[in-house]
Amino acid sequence: MKLKKNIATSAEGFIFNPGTGDSFSTNPIGAEILSLLKEEKTIAEIIDVISAKYDVDQSQFEKDLDDFKSQLEDSNILD
Amino acid sequence: MEKLRYERPIIQKMNTGLMNKFGTRTEYEPVTHIESVPVKSLIKEYGSPLFVISEKQIRRNYQNATRIFKTRYPKVQFAWSYKTNYMNAVCQVFHQEGSWAEVVSGFEYNKALGNGVPGSKIIFNGPDKTDEQLIAAARNNSLIHIDHFDELYSLIKLSEENNLKPRVAIRVNMDTGIYPKWDRFGFNFENGQAWNAITRIINSENLDLVGLHCHIGTFMLSPAAYAVAATKLCELTWSIKEKFNKTIQYIDLGGGFPSTNTLKGAYLPGSDTVPSIDQFADAITDVILGYGFKHDDLPLLILETGRALIDDAGFLLGTVLASKRLSDGRRATILDFGVNSLFTAFWYDHKVSPAQAFGQHTEEMVLYGPLCMNIDIVRESITMPLLEKGNHLVVHKVGAYNMTQWMQFITLRPNILMIDKENNTHVIRKAETLEYLELNEQVPEHLKHNPLK
Ligand SMILES: Cc1ncc(COP(=O)(O)O)c(C=O)c1O
Repeated sequence: MKLKKNIATSAEGFIFNPGTGDSFSTNPIGAEILSLLKEEKTIAEIIDVISAKYDVDQSQFEKDLDDFKSQLEDSNILD
Repeated sequence: MEKLRYERPIIQKMNTGLMNKFGTRTEYEPVTHIESVPVKSLIKEYGSPLFVISEKQIRRNYQNATRIFKTRYPKVQFAWSYKTNYMNAVCQVFHQEGSWAEVVSGFEYNKALGNGVPGSKIIFNGPDKTDEQLIAAARNNSLIHIDHFDELYSLIKLSEENNLKPRVAIRVNMDTGIYPKWDRFGFNFENGQAWNAITRIINSENLDLVGLHCHIGTFMLSPAAYAVAATKLCELTWSIKEKFNKTIQYIDLGGGFPSTNTLKGAYLPGSDTVPSIDQFADAITDVILGYGFKHDDLPLLILETGRALIDDAGFLLGTVLASKRLSDGRRATILDFGVNSLFTAFWYDHKVSPAQAFGQHTEEMVLYGPLCMNIDIVRESITMPLLEKGNHLVVHKVGAYNMTQWMQFITLRPNILMIDKENNTHVIRKAETLEYLELNEQVPEHLKHNPLK
């Protein structure tokens, strides 16, 4: 899972795609995942970081991350 | 280290300036308690889904409606429409408040008797009454509302044969300016059918015409239509006095006042748009009081109000089974109840609230029931917080027509709970079991075994 190079993200969860002019908002955990993606973390690393920090089952988060990935694909901001 | 509260990640496209047509802020404010009892503990103790009825709210609604009518008109009587919700506990709340019973079938009639309603305070409506039921109702001195000429003639014959003189009314249908017209029930006013029926009854030795009835529709949004209906029944009452010197004791305007639910497709929520009971009462009582009856001849006004008295006293609690994304990217939430339990999801965009606190993020979604069929949709589009498996929801205003029209399909029907005036809980109908369901099934001997093992 890789973000397109030109996508702008902010810590507050604001996302801008200069290629299409679309903007998006995400919740705090979504923003955190995006910033991990920017750092080119792998899925396994993301799962480790998030499940260590938040009160969530690892398997639940894996499912939700998959769901988030398809939202990002639909939003056309993944490479 | 204490872990942070989790919420599943979402991303949403921002459409600046676009107001969501469906999502109003109040919809996703959590409702954690019903009458001070926590939703969580209700579900824990009685299972999910679960119907919950507030006794207090029923009484409030009833007392409010009677006050509204009785402060405008001297003689008013409500009769509880059994088909709207015939759980005995619910009927008894209405009967304790003074309501008579209005029934439309033999089994409802017997239910009313079983609830201790005297025969003389049962109104027997509808097109389907057997000879035995007519005779029993006549013997009990009930009010028999005749629906068609076939029934009128059989009742005359039965009364002669059995030496009875039942108290009767006719149901009148009419043009009130509302379409579609409900002209399949009763005798038509405009074409003279109603007058013919009246004449026939008055000329019969064996029937006592005591009332006139109409029920012009349901979820009526027009007080003016009730003014038209009241005018036409007053006109008949007046003519009967003039031609036959007979005083009609009551006019029964049926049910039909709307609850504050939102009809499917409506742009604004029902709570902002439906007329109040006061407006209907004004329309009706202005006509009757203004018609010119002598005080002693003023008819008793009977009302068979159903949904407006019970809808907002009923809640359906349920649980999220799963959350998924549809092929077009929309969010879909699958619940543990569908249109089998919540029949009125076919009519209304029910208000649904989460039963626990959430973060500020919301998304638009479809709420599906658990049935394996496409029509099983609780809400086509609703803005809700980020729901996940195990979260609880509260559906509002489900007191009318669900606990009578629900379908036993795919799942078993759940517990119905009543919360009383002191906030004590009582199961008033136990959840169905497989044993209950199979009680009346019979398997022929040659089908009792099969070779699969
Ligand atoms: C004869 C009669 N009376 C009363 C009612 C109750 O109607 P509502 O729930 O619309 O008040 C009905 C419902 O259809 C009815 O058919």
